Amino acid sequence: MKYTIKNARMLDDAIVDIEIANGVIANIGKEISAGEIVDAQKSLVIPGLVDLHTHLREPGREDSETVATGSAAAAKGGFTAISAMANTFPVADTAGVVEQVFRLGQEAGLCDVFPIGAVTAGLEGKKLAELGAMANSKAQVRIFSDDGKCVSDPLLMRRALEYVKTFNGIIAQHAQEPALTVGSQMNEGLVSSKLGLTGWPAVAEEAIIARDILLAEHVGSRLHICHLTTAGGVDLVRFAKSRGINVTAEVTPHHLLLTDELVSNYDPVFKVNPPLRTEKDVMALRKGLADGTIDIVGTDHAPHPTEDKDCEWQSAAFGMVGLETALSVVVKAMIETELMSWETLVERMSIAPAKIAGYAKHGQIVAKGSPANLAIIDTSATWIVDRNTLASKSKNTPFAGMTMPAQVRHTFLNGDLVLKNGQIVSKMNGGSN
Amino acid sequence: MEKHLLSINDLSASEAIQILNTASELSKISDGPMKKLPTLRGRTVVNLFFEDSTRTRISFESAAKRLSADVINFSAKGSSVSKGESLKDTAQTLQAMGADAVVIRHGASGAAQRLADSGWISASVINAGDGTHEHPTQALLDAYTIRSKFPDLKDNFNGLKVAIVGDILHSRVARSNVLLLSKLGAKITLVAPPTLIPVGVTDWDVDVSYDLDSAILNADVVMMLRIQSERMAASFFPSEREYSRGYGLDLARLNSLKDSTIVMHPGPMNRGLEISAESADSHKSVVLAQVSNGVLVRMAVLYQLLGGAALTGEVGA
Ligand SMILES: [Zn+2]
Repeated sequence: MKYTIKNARMLDDAIVDIEIANGVIANIGKEISAGEIVDAQKSLVIPGLVDLHTHLREPGREDSETVATGSAAAAKGGFTAISAMANTFPVADTAGVVEQVFRLGQEAGLCDVFPIGAVTAGLEGKKLAELGAMANSKAQVRIFSDDGKCVSDPLLMRRALEYVKTFNGIIAQHAQEPALTVGSQMNEGLVSSKLGLTGWPAVAEEAIIARDILLAEHVGSRLHICHLTTAGGVDLVRFAKSRGINVTAEVTPHHLLLTDELVSNYDPVFKVNPPLRTEKDVMALRKGLADGTIDIVGTDHAPHPTEDKDCEWQSAAFGMVGLETALSVVVKAMIETELMSWETLVERMSIAPAKIAGYAKHGQIVAKGSPANLAIIDTSATWIVDRNTLASKSKNTPFAGMTMPAQVRHTFLNGDLVLKNGQIVSKMNGGSN
Repeated sequence: MEKHLLSINDLSASEAIQILNTASELSKISDGPMKKLPTLRGRTVVNLFFEDSTRTRISFESAAKRLSADVINFSAKGSSVSKGESLKDTAQTLQAMGADAVVIRHGASGAAQRLADSGWISASVINAGDGTHEHPTQALLDAYTIRSKFPDLKDNFNGLKVAIVGDILHSRVARSNVLLLSKLGAKITLVAPPTLIPVGVTDWDVDVSYDLDSAILNADVVMMLRIQSERMAASFFPSEREYSRGYGLDLARLNSLKDSTIVMHPGPMNRGLEISAESADSHKSVVLAQVSNGVLVRMAVLYQLLGGAALTGEVGA
């Protein structure tokens, strides 16, 4: 299938036509009219977004999300690559499970789905999972994480960091010292004290970050810190980078925009792990993302069925969906505040995550010969988040009712149009050749 | 206070005083020959208790019955709740039963607010203790008890010195009392080992002391909180003996109090731990008055929330 994107706006504001053929950008120029025409109407064309932190729930919790529905949500959000976290049922700790998730992603065909493997068998933190088998499987896993749980045993963490060096793997740590967070419900601070909810102190995150930075330095391995949420954590990563330690860090869209004050009405839609922090933390995270201390945005898209949120705070599940709002939230937090340019947004949401994970066909600048993984964004549009129109199977968005800037119009995956005018193009209808 | 009483924050100082005044009126009526008022006849009050608390349930039940309301006790124990029925399903059941007010006790902080905000139920919601958050009627009955012992206090508690002693971190009684008593103008000192003081206390309108002996010297009110032995297991303090030595109200400390000082405890007491038998039974102790005032104050809250017929008319009746 051939396409021409007419009147696409490049990051340098040039208006061009982009010809797509055989999965790559065949030509960029003026007055091109090959194949199916998609009129961008001067919307911005950028490389498709890449998420290194997605919970797709399949296998095991298909009531909250499947690889297919999560892929649709990703395409709607302008993502062309997502990374499925390992905390499924069964856990993605064997070649069999990661190959299954990879295959389901291929079958859905809306987004490249790269499985993340568990670090420890069953996420139990006791012994290493079959890291090599997952790396050598068809899924070619390179990122390993027990996300949802912390690899808290320092010796096991050291071994994991060392072991994955043979295939240039990376350990993505959910930094949460379990002993400091028993029964934790929200950020520990002024609000938790008032609400009588058990606190999740910043130090529980920072203590693990500090430890793992030093371990990564000691064994010379790659460490990725998932969802940084505290000002102190940003300082620690900044320190590590100044020492030349091979650490990368991630922040979620919701931690860039929301604070723990929102918990005051006990609405579990704001319950998330790690928890929403304070205004001061939000400002430090924004600064860290702008100056590159934080390398990437990761959605931590975490779908939960209605009944897991329609209850008292303490019984509710942790997590928020985020694929469909990620871009707009980052624009609101970083671009509307003039902390970051669109070029930097593309770096943090596409180029850098693809490079960290080694997703060769993603995160390439829009140029002749690059893989046609693209998102086309109406940067001047505004829209209101409506939980009922989400493509995700779960509706637990904390942004419902909020007016958002920037809207994804079209998404191309490996040369195929998978999102057209904001609507998913089903493979059956000939979006693919 | 519009429709619900979920937190002391739902009340202005004058609304709180109005509840205390209503309770005073009710006490005059209750002292007379007519124990039962027809005010809430035909109205249904549900006691929805997800946590065991016979004391609090009986207090609310007596209050509702004295106002002639129909009372339904819905206890988590032995009901579908203990088999995992959700708060939502329970609420919808109560809605179908036509509850006018739901008195909820729940182990989860914020459960009362969730019930009120969720749209599951149209009844007034009264928080009878939610997790480690609040217990607003306890604070109101404590304020009522304080006012009855210090007759100079009328529309505010300006100048009153209150020491609240014990497990502040986990105490819903402490949170509600801090909010209410500071709203009324009292000066509050929290006394506890640092492990049992919330980190966010810097934001509260209180002083903090780790020294019980000096903190109670000038106090008008010493409010002792129940300490649970499970806190010791979690290393909030080393041993019961050490806690008792540092933060228990023993005879020596009782004797150091001013003549006019009163000793309060929300109950149930751990005699010999946070309070000695001598202190609990001394003439300074108002623990039994707290219990009897509880019924009056809860009558006043139900009366005001459910908009019962004017009291004055009934007094004359
Ligand atoms: Zn996580």
